[in-house]
Amino acid sequence: MSLVPVTININGTPTPAQVEPRMLLVQFLRDELELTGTHVGCDTSQCGACTVSLNGEAVKSCTLFAVQADGMDVQTIEGIGSMDDLHPIQAAFWEQHGLQCGFCTPGMIMASAEIIRRNPDPSEEEIREQLGGNFCRCTGYHNIVKAISSAAAVMREKGAEAGQAADD
Amino acid sequence: MTQLPDSNYKAPDGPQKYIGKAVKRVEDPRFITGQGHYTDDINVHGQLHAAMLRSPYAHAKIGQIDASAALALKGVHAVLTGQDLADAKVGSIPTGWLLPDLKIPPHPAIAHGEVHYVGDIVAVVIAESRALAEDAVALIEVDLEPLDAVSLGSQALAQGAAEVHPEAPGNVAFNWEIGDAAAADELFKQADHVVSLKIRNHRLVPNAIEPRASLAQYQRSSEEFTLHTTSQNPHIHRLMLAAFVLGIPEHKLRVISPDVGGGFGSKIFQYPEEVIVLFAAKKLNRPVKWAARRSESFVSDMQGRDHESEAQLALSKDGKMLALKVDTIANMGAYLTTFAPAVPTYLYGTLLNGVYKFGAVHAKVTGVFTNTVPVDAYRGAGRPEATYLVERIVSKAASELGMDAAEIRRKNFIQPEDFPYQTPVALVYDSGNYEPALDKALGMLGYQDLLKEQAEGRKNGRYIGIGFSTYVEACGLAPSALVGQLGAQAGQWESAVVRVMPTGKIEVLTGSHSHGQGHETTFAQIAAEEFGIPMEDVVIVHGDTGKMPFGWGTYGSRSAAVGGSALKMALGRIKDKATKIAAHLLEAAPEDIEVADGQFKVKGVPEGGKSFFDVALMAHLAHNLPEGMEPGLEAQYMYDPKNFVYPFGTHIAVVELDADTGHVKMIKYVCVDDCGPLINPLVVEGQVHGGIAQGFGQAILEETVYDEEGNMLTGSFMEYSMPRAEDLPMFEIDHTVTPSPHNPLGVKGIGESGTIASTAAVANAVNDALRAFGHHHVDMPFTPEKVWRAMKGGVQDLGQAADD
Repeated sequence: MSLVPVTININGTPTPAQVEPRMLLVQFLRDELELTGTHVGCDTSQCGACTVSLNGEAVKSCTLFAVQADGMDVQTIEGIGSMDDLHPIQAAFWEQHGLQCGFCTPGMIMASAEIIRRNPDPSEEEIREQLGGNFCRCTGYHNIVKAISSAAAVMREKGAEAGQAADD
Repeated sequence: MTQLPDSNYKAPDGPQKYIGKAVKRVEDPRFITGQGHYTDDINVHGQLHAAMLRSPYAHAKIGQIDASAALALKGVHAVLTGQDLADAKVGSIPTGWLLPDLKIPPHPAIAHGEVHYVGDIVAVVIAESRALAEDAVALIEVDLEPLDAVSLGSQALAQGAAEVHPEAPGNVAFNWEIGDAAAADELFKQADHVVSLKIRNHRLVPNAIEPRASLAQYQRSSEEFTLHTTSQNPHIHRLMLAAFVLGIPEHKLRVISPDVGGGFGSKIFQYPEEVIVLFAAKKLNRPVKWAARRSESFVSDMQGRDHESEAQLALSKDGKMLALKVDTIANMGAYLTTFAPAVPTYLYGTLLNGVYKFGAVHAKVTGVFTNTVPVDAYRGAGRPEATYLVERIVSKAASELGMDAAEIRRKNFIQPEDFPYQTPVALVYDSGNYEPALDKALGMLGYQDLLKEQAEGRKNGRYIGIGFSTYVEACGLAPSALVGQLGAQAGQWESAVVRVMPTGKIEVLTGSHSHGQGHETTFAQIAAEEFGIPMEDVVIVHGDTGKMPFGWGTYGSRSAAVGGSALKMALGRIKDKATKIAAHLLEAAPEDIEVADGQFKVKGVPEGGKSFFDVALMAHLAHNLPEGMEPGLEAQYMYDPKNFVYPFGTHIAVVELDADTGHVKMIKYVCVDDCGPLINPLVVEGQVHGGIAQGFGQAILEETVYDEEGNMLTGSFMEYSMPRAEDLPMFEIDHTVTPSPHNPLGVKGIGESGTIASTAAVANAVNDALRAFGHHHVDMPFTPEKVWRAMKGGVQDLGQAADD
């Protein structure tokens, strides 16, 4: 099969590659770039384990081909924070015991970022409704909902501090 | 509390430093940063990929297989069929639990002669890439001659039903019974009231979010195999694959189960794909990997439940329960897999006593072959089936007798002074105190106010239902000699090695396996507690037969009660030796030494002392040890429990029915569980949350549907409804603490309690709401259509309800 050249901006790094046209973005991330934090839990785009950010919006990376992401910004779980510098959502999942087996977690965290991006102060009902595209079989969602609420609060506070600092 | 004669639990003397604390999980940083290391994340040099051609028919004769077009594709290395495995004398996948007169048909990894369910593997392509292997699968031409098939257990028993295997005439795998039938009959004669229940416990797909995957490597020079696989119990996989299937010397097969994305039972079993990748890796002398597509998981992961039962409960007119009789057809699917025969028998029939004082209980179970995916242990394994039946019939009795559903339970509870309690169905409950859990839950719920709200609501067209489940379960599998008598081809003890290094760092090797349970945290808490050292000084190693001693793995809520106890016992050995070394160095008697905060001190002498590091170092330097002492500081313990453990509690679900759509909304969920002392409340509560969601899923959403020809109609997440965040409320949970007297931590299991209890609680709640429409019983799952029909009085299709 002929290969197509693409350059995708992955976690801030422009990444040129030659891909099969039929290669899904999630396969590109996992198999070509070894960014294995993005998981595959189904083949019908239901489970959300492969959720990444594409040009700032959450998408399921199994729903598009790598070629469709040519020239775009892709952020994965590996790009949102690190062990030394956890994103507030990562920290909140840890703090609130929002994960058990950890398999859905990267997708959950990327989806959570989207929920908070849409509304920095989401209600429990909003969180639950907007998590509809992400399955977790371990937690009953209880602590995931708590983690998102608490991450949103931390991020609002940080945002306020940042705003304050900018005003000063 | 009654002490068993073999009691070895001792409550802690004072406050604990780590045990009982909500310590944040040690394993989480890797998972939240995408650094988890799951089987499908592993790729090795030279790796090939396997793709399976699976049967589209439930039952068919395999004719000619023409793989020439597939083999002609560049990059395709092999196409394997059942004949290839037969020629190489690859053995049948074994059944690990035998019952008297059990019929065990052969179970080849690749079907040979006939396929027996949709999903059975017909042929395998091994190719350079996964995509290529899947392309090649589509090019294989197979003659499949469809045969008659059967999918429902009761239909498989009917006269003239399609025969699944010639080895099992009439499709009967086994007939099994427990309890005293004559005693039960006698009590039924004395009964004032008999409640009858016809009930279906429908089939479920476990659906761990990580699909199964396996990667096999073969080293020709040493003839050693390494298998990375999604397993809850790598030693069991090694034992079965080596000794029974592939004939690999056991010491030449290393099974590694790295991070595993949930199991719920489905990753206990030895699967065909593991055989195939190992076989292919040797044949081609290349690493071979297979990872399931979710659509494959639906037709290849062992499934759960699938009972059809009839039960009668005998009561006196004041609501005293006298006896219970149960007749169950258990659909085993097409083959008997690893633990399958134990699930609807010893993990089900023995639990039909529930938390009540029955004069007699009798159960009869018929295990049946059908042309469906095999059924084996799924979270709770037999105990949710028993609990749903018992708790449902008790609530139906309350409804028929006009009694309060909480009070009929209270009236029949086994009392605290009755423990250890011998049930009429073989188990001896270790400890329990059921009423405080019920009272606490009722208090949390505000039961009396809720009853008023419910009554008010009914006047105004609001249909609230309150459902109870006062459960007990048997877990912490299990005394080896006992399960051996019952047919297990396995021991059920667990191993621990505590390896103290010269610097005082501790490596704990455990035969338990964490696939979400958090052992890296809770086991480290147990180890750090023993000496008061920092938790960071302890590392837990699991999931690798090349590192750990033999162990039986994690299922049946056994990790804390059995694996944790093994660890506690091994720590005791370390403590004894370390204390002797410290006493020697401090020139004191060992009995005068105490250890706290990582310091060994002479009692009553606050100054001086030796640190854990000093002692560990001296153990290794061996420059100054007590006379005759062996150097080093390492201990192993194989802990074989004296009994199961019996967690219990009260779960209460509150639902509201939408009169227009039949949609069931769970508006509140309250539970009080008793799993003995909590090692880590965060972890325990997480297990309960997830368990509730899974049990709720069965009651309201999930159902594996087969048509009469054995086609699975719910083969993806498009058709199989999984619980989502918006389906569930925040759970209100609490605990009582009744230690198990017979293990050194006093702990009982908690991994399955939520699932065991919640299905019945939710089903009872929906039924409670449907009482307003004249129903005494409607079976789960409570889809909007079914509930809507029940509310509209269209009950003809609802089985039992139509008879009432």
